[in-house]
Amino acid sequence: MSGPDLVMYEEEYRLIDDELHRLHAQANAKVVFLVDKNGQLIASMGETKGIDTTSLASLTAGNIAATGGMAKLLGEKEFSILFHEGERDNIHISIIGQRVILVVIFDQRSSLGLVRLRVKKSSETLTKIFVTIAEKAEMDKVKGQATASPFAEITDEDIDNLFG
Amino acid sequence: MTPGLNCSPWATPAIIDWKAHLTMSFINYSSREINVKLVYYGPGLCGKTTNLHYIYKKTNPDAKGKMISLATETERTLFFDFLPLALGDIRGFKTRFHLYTVPGQVFYDASRKLILKGVDGVIFVADSQLERMEANSESIENLRINLAEQGYDLDKIPYVVQYNKRDLPNVAPVPEMNKLLNPTDIPYFEACATTGVGVFDTLKALAKQVLFELKKGK
Repeated sequence: MSGPDLVMYEEEYRLIDDELHRLHAQANAKVVFLVDKNGQLIASMGETKGIDTTSLASLTAGNIAATGGMAKLLGEKEFSILFHEGERDNIHISIIGQRVILVVIFDQRSSLGLVRLRVKKSSETLTKIFVTIAEKAEMDKVKGQATASPFAEITDEDIDNLFG
Repeated sequence: MTPGLNCSPWATPAIIDWKAHLTMSFINYSSREINVKLVYYGPGLCGKTTNLHYIYKKTNPDAKGKMISLATETERTLFFDFLPLALGDIRGFKTRFHLYTVPGQVFYDASRKLILKGVDGVIFVADSQLERMEANSESIENLRINLAEQGYDLDKIPYVVQYNKRDLPNVAPVPEMNKLLNPTDIPYFEACATTGVGVFDTLKALAKQVLFELKKGK
């Protein structure tokens, strides 16, 4: 395993945050969050208090992974959109740029049609942001300016202290 | 036996790493967090889920998230178990370990491949009972193949072995298990996951390997 090849700085994070904020407002959603395909939560917006977003992120990624496996068995590249209807809340899940998962949780204050429309628009914006992030990282690497690991100076004692 | 972990409260999101097949840990310079993914692998009923249950039981409430277990009615892991741990700060970065187990039964191979995606380190849990040696061998070979499919080399990623169920009467001697399952002499730990012996030692050893890999920053 090597260090991360990509770093997200404040600027890009703010752009993503702004876009999620916009989507949350325009889709009348309860919660909006972005998850990496490996289950790591990237950003969230909305009524997240009382929601275990860490677990949701992991389960969402598992969900996408499982349906991705099914897709391949059926000869599809992937199922890029999933929708789960509940009694009170619904979940709309979509894959952004093949690497990130956008999750929108909404209730009777919104509708599937509105969510789909707003997600489509946000997908384009978010895809551009992530492409920029990737390009920046690539340029940094070429220039030899890749960020050094923050753990460059860690010692055995630092790690022992983590475990008490 | 290591006591419960003392950790800082949960924070929120992290940075994405696009080079998915080689570099998976997340470092967020904005919120100063790092997340890593550790996977427990092994044959059916070897003790992977039991390891996680013990870790969950012994970890302070403010250091752990909810443990998720996607299992059958007979409590066999169906898809995965998931346990997020927030270890303390290290060099100013909040360090989180996301622990996963895979389903061990042979026919769940498709699911195992999915859970391995983005792994930073692997703990292979071997069942020490004599009659399970073949299952252990097959499972390690399966791990090697599934990792290779994703571009990982088992001999190059952070990896430790746990010989579980050492409390049972019909167990193979450790030297024999090493000869069969650990020819490259990677760190191994004797354990009894039901009582917790060796559980945190195994986890700590893998965590060290993962963090030192990050230190290299290669």
